[in-house]
Amino acid sequence: MATNVLAGAATATGGPGDGRRRGGRGVRANENIAGWLFVAPVIVILGLFLLLPILMALWVSLTDWNGQGSPFTSQVPFVGTDNYTRLFTEDGLDRRDFMTAIRNNIYYVALVVPTQTVLALGLALVVNNRLLKGKSFFRTAFYFPSVTSSVAISVVFLFLFANSGAVNGLLRMFGISGPQWFADSRGVLHLLLGVVGVDSPPAALTQGGPLGLTWWEWLSGPSVAMMSIISLVVWTTSGTFMLMFLAALQNVPVTLEEASTLDGASRWQRFRHVTLPMIKPTTFLVLTLGLIGSWQVFDQVYVMSQGDPAKTTVTPAYLSYRTAFRDFDYGSGAAISFVLFLIIIVLTLVQRRVMADRDPDRPRWGRRRRRVSEGAAK
Amino acid sequence: MTALADRPATPTRRRGDRGARTLASRFLGYAILVFFSLVFLYPFVIQIGNSLKTEPDAAANPLSPIPDQVVLDGFVRIFTGTNFPVWLGNSLLVTLVATTGRVFFCSLAGYALARLRFRGRSGLFAAVIAVMAVPGVVLLIPKFLVLNQLGIYNSYAGLIVPLLADAAGVFIMKQFFESIPVSVEEAARIDGASIFRTYWSVVLPMAKPALITLTILSFQGTWNEFPHSLVSVQDPNLFTLPRGLADLVSGSLGKGTQYPLKLGAALLATIPVAIIFVFFQRYFVRDANEGADKG
Repeated sequence: MATNVLAGAATATGGPGDGRRRGGRGVRANENIAGWLFVAPVIVILGLFLLLPILMALWVSLTDWNGQGSPFTSQVPFVGTDNYTRLFTEDGLDRRDFMTAIRNNIYYVALVVPTQTVLALGLALVVNNRLLKGKSFFRTAFYFPSVTSSVAISVVFLFLFANSGAVNGLLRMFGISGPQWFADSRGVLHLLLGVVGVDSPPAALTQGGPLGLTWWEWLSGPSVAMMSIISLVVWTTSGTFMLMFLAALQNVPVTLEEASTLDGASRWQRFRHVTLPMIKPTTFLVLTLGLIGSWQVFDQVYVMSQGDPAKTTVTPAYLSYRTAFRDFDYGSGAAISFVLFLIIIVLTLVQRRVMADRDPDRPRWGRRRRRVSEGAAK
Repeated sequence: MTALADRPATPTRRRGDRGARTLASRFLGYAILVFFSLVFLYPFVIQIGNSLKTEPDAAANPLSPIPDQVVLDGFVRIFTGTNFPVWLGNSLLVTLVATTGRVFFCSLAGYALARLRFRGRSGLFAAVIAVMAVPGVVLLIPKFLVLNQLGIYNSYAGLIVPLLADAAGVFIMKQFFESIPVSVEEAARIDGASIFRTYWSVVLPMAKPALITLTILSFQGTWNEFPHSLVSVQDPNLFTLPRGLADLVSGSLGKGTQYPLKLGAALLATIPVAIIFVFFQRYFVRDANEGADKG
């Protein structure tokens, strides 16, 4: 035990001198070698198939490589940051496609994240109700879609949203004739404006607009086709997030809720002023995980729509794939990947920063916990 | 029930009100739960029903789970008219090898990061955490580049080797090893057991719950893995099930929509994960439900 405490202290201070001293210690003598041997397979695999490829792609994003031969020869034209500037500053098809993808994904995020969060919380609240039985069945039922294959489930939803499919069949029962989901590129916001009588775009909105799209195009809303992908994603992910909320709700002390009831709080007040503040960290986690995840939508787009109709279901992830593997413009594709990477990394860093601030007990980078246990050992 | 029985006998109005309200909220609660169970499960019911229909029947009555007459045409054609058996074999191979590798390599690394004192350990762990944040979809082109450069594009090696380790698995194992008492392995080490022997015969048996969790998560992850198979192979004989399914949908079938066949193939691809989910559910929900009461 004594050796352990000493070794722990040595690592915590972590100077090179400590390392040498540690190396000479009997039982722990060969831990340096063993440690590296134990982690070697993981390092090799992650290094070779994760870090190295990122660096290679960074290089390719600065070239015009077309997929022929190796991208690391002098024949491949080096174009500097052209692939990036074409996405943002040069008017042309590349920027139009990229900005369309960004627009599509923004609407996708704006609908998916709030919907799945509210649905997950609502379901968790109902499942957590102490008066109801059969919780484990409902929990299983709601969670099951989350564990299935995204491709397999996309096939099912293609059938559900087919022109003569189940969704339109259901709508027909209510006297509504459903749209041709995957052929309908009309934006939902445009359709809503149509309902209130705005059928054609006001001239002011079709003249110019930021980043290569007109204001009218920016304000389209998600297309009808995108709505079916959105409903698929909300349907698959809500169960996971419900489990997170459920775990958080079960940690809310019953006595606290009872006390607030005795104080005369209504059910809504109790939810708003007792439950919601107690589960705030989980809510934040669910929101940010949703944000991060919904910038990565790819499988569903690939299987269900391939970006059609009229590019209204293209997302940056799918666009990078298509640019590289269909149009053989690997440089542009890689550049799109890196912009997407940047978006996601920024969201992740924000999340980790805020989570670490909120939850001081949580081990951050593994150091904090060791310091705590070291203190306990002393 | 009790609320119902109480109600006529309650002396004060207040209590009667509350009983009625409890009953109403209980009814509402069940209504919501049943409604959403239908929303979440009925698509699977439709899938099973329609995979057993004829094509005109599926097109005419998509909502009904009951076939006019049960036909196995779709399933017969899955096995005779498509490459499904090949995809199934590839998926089994990839999943078995990748899962075994992941569990072994991740537990090795997790153990080292949790227990062994070696130089660079904390930096390495920080790297693992950082790597966990790298989103898979931005790796599509990079992975293709490296597989191409290494000459293993379009091969089993390219399909399997990159899946042999993942950072999240290392993280799970490290957290678990830190939670078990160190005294047993110390005793083994003092008795002269080598580090690997201590890990293999003393620590691993104690880590069974974490190993099962990791096995199941890896199985589910590699069985469902799609983007990687998309950029690592192009030969149809190397397709895994998700890749093959995606190929079916994008029109390799020829005429007609052939929904019974597609739904059947998707169903067969879902069944293994569904079985594992039903039997090992508590390992799926392990993290989310720590400290939960039995429902």
